[in-house]
Amino acid sequence: MAIKLPIYMDNHATTPVDPRVVEAMLPYFTEKFGNSASRNHAFGWAAEEAVENARAQIAKLINATPKEIIFTSGATESNNLAIKGVAEMYREKGNHIITQVTEHKAVLDTCKRLEKYGYQVTYLPVEKDGRINLDDLRRAITPKTILISIMYANNEIAALQPIEEIGKIAKEKGILFHVDGVQAVGKVPVDVQRDNIDLLSITAHKIYGPKGVGALYVRRRNPRVQLSAVIDGGGHERGMRSGTLNVPGIVGLGKACEICNQEMAAEAKRLLGLRERLTEAIMGQLDETFINGSMTHRLPHSINISFAYVEGESLLMGINDIAVSSGSACTSATLEPSYVLKALGVGEDLAHTSIRFGLGRFNTEEEVDYVAARVVETVKRLRELSPLYEMAKEGVDLSKMNWKA
Amino acid sequence: MAYSDKVIEHYNNPRNVGSLDKNDSKVGTGLVGAPECGDVMKLQMKIDPETRVIQEAKFKTFGCGSAIASSSLATEWVRGKTVEEALAIKNTDIVRELALPPVKIHCSVLAEDAIKAAITDWKTKQGETSESAQHQPATASAH
Repeated sequence: MAIKLPIYMDNHATTPVDPRVVEAMLPYFTEKFGNSASRNHAFGWAAEEAVENARAQIAKLINATPKEIIFTSGATESNNLAIKGVAEMYREKGNHIITQVTEHKAVLDTCKRLEKYGYQVTYLPVEKDGRINLDDLRRAITPKTILISIMYANNEIAALQPIEEIGKIAKEKGILFHVDGVQAVGKVPVDVQRDNIDLLSITAHKIYGPKGVGALYVRRRNPRVQLSAVIDGGGHERGMRSGTLNVPGIVGLGKACEICNQEMAAEAKRLLGLRERLTEAIMGQLDETFINGSMTHRLPHSINISFAYVEGESLLMGINDIAVSSGSACTSATLEPSYVLKALGVGEDLAHTSIRFGLGRFNTEEEVDYVAARVVETVKRLRELSPLYEMAKEGVDLSKMNWKA
Repeated sequence: MAYSDKVIEHYNNPRNVGSLDKNDSKVGTGLVGAPECGDVMKLQMKIDPETRVIQEAKFKTFGCGSAIASSSLATEWVRGKTVEEALAIKNTDIVRELALPPVKIHCSVLAEDAIKAAITDWKTKQGETSESAQHQPATASAH
């Protein structure tokens, strides 16, 4: 079978919309276009029914109840609402928030803003495998701590945080626990009861749904979590998020969750097989390659590999018929490598050379073989060009060189 | 990022890749940049001590496509030139030839530095002292 190029293998950035999701959404653009807040005619009722159905589909995927689902424009908004909403609502109880250094910017920058308003934020470090140390967490808790915000899985290195254990600690101490679940929900089993999660951010476009729609799970029982709104207006979503609901988007998010619920186990198994095939093909044919992030606690569909002695941007240029991400933000003027890889203690030289492969629902074995072959061929070619590879082969210790940049 | 056709062409077909014997008295070696900055260039030239003409130039570069193209172009340009003519090559010439965007200007600067460093190394081997500050050796050395 001929392979269609370019190949998409950047499913942490976004995913294509599943055709079944598109099909479910279509009627809500045209004949069922009503405003779900219109209580006095059939158009509104149809829209409301669709929204409530989606709420139930989402709740089922994470073992919540439908009323605990608040719709938003996406995970950035969900993270903002969770963190700012708790910070304002529980200000009298305390002003301390705990998060960690490899969170998404939607969490980190939200926390930074709160610091300007007088909140104290602890940014926990991560171990070499990308996971936080639970003793660090316990030590960071103070009587003023009102919120712990830790992601389920990292978007760059795919490491899974010890969410269940963190949830236990938070519960024990009576601290609210927010989880950015963007990369994990629909990919691995996420259970807000088992994990004692109080707030969970979800987005549709990472699980084969449309862009521009997401949700925040807000626990209603044991404890009942209250949030100050970030967006004020007509009092939609129980006053927590005003604004006319994006009904087609919400229908899409619901359908995407339903499909994940049915297919997640089989899909995770298939993608894990593809990932192993990819990893073995690449690492078996190339020396001096390194995996970033935990191998035991990891999303099944993801691998992040550093290729010593080649530079990330030139590698991407050589495999320009494959869509993957480089850990290096070298295209920007700052030449800064990824803050996530730096937090893991990956040296700047290796951080510049890392590639994230994000497998998804529509990737095939043929594509994996093609990608592996292209990567191996390009890395070999670039190493032939690399003075660092030559020096390393001659036995020069590159770290002891007096580089004059 | 969109690369110019010339950068892509050099990246796909780099000229004069390889190494010369760094212990040869006629060979000058320039090694500039640093791995943590994402760019290292090694430029070597074989220069006739009598005519001062650059007979051969080879490079190896760790860096982005623009860095590879800049050093590949530098080897093409210096060949057949005298040492003095090669020293007159400016990074802005490379920027113009490869249509480098502003964020990639440092690649051309590095290529100019590599030419100067290689020539300085050759001059040192010939017993010539570096006559001005701008010809300071930029060669990285093990320590």
